[in-house]
Amino acid sequence: MAIIEIQNLRKTFRSGDVEVHALRGVNLLVETGEFLAVVGKSGSGKSTLFHILGGLTPPTSGTVKIDGQSLTDLDEGGRTLLRRNSVGFVFQKYNLLPTLTIRDNIDIARDISGKTAPWDAAFIDVVEILGIAQKMERKPRQLSGGEQQRVAIARAIVNQPAILLADEPTGNLDTENSNMVLDLLRHLNKKTGQTVLMITHDPEAAAFADRIVQMRDGELYGA
Amino acid sequence: MVYKLVYENLKHRPVRTLLSSLAIGLGVTMMLALVGVGEGMLEDQANRARGVGADLVVRAPGSSVVGMGSLSMNQGILAYVRSQKHVALATPIGVHSTGGVSSIMGINYDEFAAMGGGFRFREGGKFSSPDDVIVDDLYAREKNLKIGSLLNTMNRDWRVSGIFASGKLARVMIPLTVLQELASANGKITMIYVKLDDPANTQAVIDAMKKDLPEYPIYAMEELIKQFSVNNLPELKAFIGVVVSLAVLFGFLVVFLAMYTAVLERTREIGILKALGAGPSYVLGILLRETVLLAIIGSLCGILMSYGTRWLIGVFIPASMVQAIVYSWWPIASLITLAGAVLGVLYPALKAAKQDALDSLSYD
Repeated sequence: MAIIEIQNLRKTFRSGDVEVHALRGVNLLVETGEFLAVVGKSGSGKSTLFHILGGLTPPTSGTVKIDGQSLTDLDEGGRTLLRRNSVGFVFQKYNLLPTLTIRDNIDIARDISGKTAPWDAAFIDVVEILGIAQKMERKPRQLSGGEQQRVAIARAIVNQPAILLADEPTGNLDTENSNMVLDLLRHLNKKTGQTVLMITHDPEAAAFADRIVQMRDGELYGA
Repeated sequence: MVYKLVYENLKHRPVRTLLSSLAIGLGVTMMLALVGVGEGMLEDQANRARGVGADLVVRAPGSSVVGMGSLSMNQGILAYVRSQKHVALATPIGVHSTGGVSSIMGINYDEFAAMGGGFRFREGGKFSSPDDVIVDDLYAREKNLKIGSLLNTMNRDWRVSGIFASGKLARVMIPLTVLQELASANGKITMIYVKLDDPANTQAVIDAMKKDLPEYPIYAMEELIKQFSVNNLPELKAFIGVVVSLAVLFGFLVVFLAMYTAVLERTREIGILKALGAGPSYVLGILLRETVLLAIIGSLCGILMSYGTRWLIGVFIPASMVQAIVYSWWPIASLITLAGAVLGVLYPALKAAKQDALDSLSYD
């Protein structure tokens, strides 16, 4: 069953009198539990695709459905709810809140979605797998880049989103930490069935995915 | 969790938090100090009036109940007052303004001393020549006066002959006759303090005198003392209103600047929260709570600083000003400050709430 359905997706930016076509009719189906890598050079449109799937920006035209919910007609409030309930983000720059501890960085995602119950056993297992269970009371600055990215992964999946979107998750990491993070993403995908869509320019990182599609000049190849 | 985030944000930037709190607190201190000085000076005036030991006072026609007054009453009225039934002692007082709220008082020493049970001199004693002046201990401390020091007032030098414990109507006293001569007001006085054979007769004596002297304000001392209230000083009330408005404006500007900067500084963090699904109300709630907490800390700082201003006044100008701690104004000043702070955060908070998640995440 497809958890992401994209048909003829277009996104056009206007800069003064100039129109930039970032996406030119993208079609894509992603199955539940799949680990998909979207590979492309800088400016190919892959980040725009990421932003639309994450509800960070609306499409210009076309159809996008996540878990059966259409994104095309969502207003800002609807996109906020999508980010809250259906999507988890992992960014290149980790994007942890520097004033909060690791535990609080994870809990704030739960607080935003209105969840107050303690972590369930499955999530506690995930935290163990990610290797951050012993660092819960530390602040992000006390962790290495790899550790911070693992915290970001934990935060992204704490609300059990339909999809996990990862934008260049290893872009700021060395090879050892990159492999560790990618291994963990693949492990979580296999163990929990979490759907993962990863944007990357790095073919080696993409190799960790089940399927790879290429993005060039706003069009998707191999989908 | 939001409170934790707010607390951690304030803790994370201690200098900004401290400076913002102190700046907010200044508004609170302004209000508390002003109200405190108003109340304190009136209370001090009341205590000093009580210290005379009189049962009633006769003032000049048209004079203000809490004002200093001037040498405008005919001294001839004194004989009439003394002739009244139940009057044990009546002594005239002359008051001459020496600028601002300062004044010098002329007394008939022996009568005045007899009425209130005498002066308690810390040093020296009563006048021994027309050039002598007696001052209270607070005035002596403020002006650094000792026995034999020269005090220049009313365009002449006076020799300090005695320093008495404060609480006797005035801080600076000279013989009444000398004051009248210097002020070119021979035969004129400002008021008459009256002691009765029994305080229970106060109202009867007042009623009797009012029949003969209908235009003269005559007050029982307790009634007079009750009049020493900010409510009877419309100018002071208006001034307090001005200071309160300034404090609101001050709180508004401080919080506006502090939170506007904070919002700019935290653009990326706001973007992260939005990416996690935080709506405008969530972001608004964080900044409002942060402001309320800053206002509470600021109010506490302001209250503490008002003790500081009282200490400074007590050390440097104990005779010129007295600041009371007016507890009833703590919540008032805090709420006024909070209102200013909330007004101040509205624009930055709305700006943050409307911030685009994607733009915010791209912010470095």
